[in-house]
Amino acid sequence: MSAQFRSPRAPGFWPLAIVFALFVLFLYGPVATIFVLSFQGPEGGLTFPMRGTSLHWYRQLMQGLGVVDISAAFLRSLALGSVVMLLTVVMSVLAGLAFRKRLPGGNALFFISIASLIMPSIIVSLGIGLQFRLLDTGIKSVLEAWGMADWLEGYGTALGLYTSALGAHLTWTLPFGLLIMFAVFNRFNPVYEEAARDLGASPWQSFRHVVLPLIGPAVVGVGMFGFTLSWDEISRTSQAIGDVNTLPLELQGLTTTVTTPAIYALGTLTTVVSFAVMGLALGLRSWLSRLAKSQG
Amino acid sequence: MNTARTTSIHPWWQAMPMGAVFLLFFLIPLGLVLMVSFWNFNEYELLPDFTWRNYAAIFEGCTQLNEYGNWCVSLATYLSTLKFSLMVWAITLVLGFTVAYFLAFHVQSVSVQTLLFVLCTVPFWTSNVIRMISWVPLLGRNGFVNQSLQGLGLTQTPVEWLLFSDFSVVLAFVHLYTMFMTVPIFNSMMRIDRSLLEAANDAGASTWQTLWQVIVPLSRTGILIGSIFIITIVMGDFITVGVMGGQQIASVGKMIQVQTSYLQFPLAAANAVLLLLVVLMIIWGLTRIVDIRKEL
Repeated sequence: MSAQFRSPRAPGFWPLAIVFALFVLFLYGPVATIFVLSFQGPEGGLTFPMRGTSLHWYRQLMQGLGVVDISAAFLRSLALGSVVMLLTVVMSVLAGLAFRKRLPGGNALFFISIASLIMPSIIVSLGIGLQFRLLDTGIKSVLEAWGMADWLEGYGTALGLYTSALGAHLTWTLPFGLLIMFAVFNRFNPVYEEAARDLGASPWQSFRHVVLPLIGPAVVGVGMFGFTLSWDEISRTSQAIGDVNTLPLELQGLTTTVTTPAIYALGTLTTVVSFAVMGLALGLRSWLSRLAKSQG
Repeated sequence: MNTARTTSIHPWWQAMPMGAVFLLFFLIPLGLVLMVSFWNFNEYELLPDFTWRNYAAIFEGCTQLNEYGNWCVSLATYLSTLKFSLMVWAITLVLGFTVAYFLAFHVQSVSVQTLLFVLCTVPFWTSNVIRMISWVPLLGRNGFVNQSLQGLGLTQTPVEWLLFSDFSVVLAFVHLYTMFMTVPIFNSMMRIDRSLLEAANDAGASTWQTLWQVIVPLSRTGILIGSIFIITIVMGDFITVGVMGGQQIASVGKMIQVQTSYLQFPLAAANAVLLLLVVLMIIWGLTRIVDIRKEL
């Protein structure tokens, strides 16, 4: 491993390295193009050449695209993503802890979460949409039977951001959360906990002061998965959303109607949010692991 | 003592929130899809029933080719979706394996390896729709590729099949989902005992022979997991096919989506059940192939 002595590259290194470099270019190149094009001048179009640089399309975006209120959708998705993140973290950590002990039905829960991960999203989405529509029918007939005409009139639908859409997002984020917790607890040394228990710590104290600091960085990772997967989720939300759309759904709708670089500006903004969350998570992770090390 | 009792009751409560989410938003919706696929419907409402009408409707006219010598719509759609799945699977398998192989066996420094791995996975946390539309400035009629081709004098008129075509759909799938192949294969490769490779080398195996006879068989779990991901994603897709196909290319997922939007839930549900059966059959087939190789 020393600098003076380098083992010769294995045969095939350079061709493979070139393939890899092209692959990375393939991954990032197109997205980089739309970042650049989002700064088109006011006269510019969807493709090169750049006709000057400006923030024109970002201003257009702020004013709203057609009938779509972008900033409202932006805030909705931000709020939903945060709720999904929080729930994913809490539920995954709890389930991760449960799996460390003898858990009747644990195998079933594990297989169900894997099934949820690989189930084609359109089926999950259709199912949840169907479920809430049947719920609507049920609620309406109950209201009718009880003669509550005012309520019946005011009742719209049970489908919504924090009901059906939230559930749909969780079916997608929780399997990732659970798998990460598995990976963590597989490598977790129970000695520390035993020591804490021997020293008279309550279960909560040993979790709060021993386990949590050790798994902290992974928990941050679960949170990052929770937020970013929810922030960009479309396929599971598509049939399970009520009257208002999330940002990615609006964005998907705009791909067919908007023919100006404003859509690139929107793309750049949402990607910036994803990157900001990743950066935040990375920073928090390294801060937590440094904290854990300095205490340990 | 008290602890014995609390440990026997705790894990169940800890796993319950996640279990409840999967029950409410995954298992019950799936059950409802199956149930409603046998229901009847009219323009206004769903009518509880037990009828094979929806399944019959899907295969209406499928017993023979129509007057133009084509398959019926459903069969043609299923075959087209299957075709996309196989093409994307083959490409992502070769590409994903190559990238994973390079990362696992040719990058010697662990920190460089981690960095390059993260570089491959970051796009996973950004929006798919944005990554799709980022091909527009490159592949469009006046896009970068066409401008370059015309500039070099290779073509006189813009190449039309680059965007909103089968080509762009497959390209986008590969762009979006190769990571689902790379990560599990990389994970399998990292578990391969390096002394096996040395042994193969000492026994006189060429790099190629080591690759085929040691690395590929030992990576089969990763290949299987990646293949299941890719096939289930492409089989159920409706967004990539929609956006990159200019809403002109059919897929099973799109068929379900359209039927849902016309509130033909029983038809959509019947299609979802069929799709699930097809996907399960493919997964079953894949696991058999891998198991057979394990026996050898």
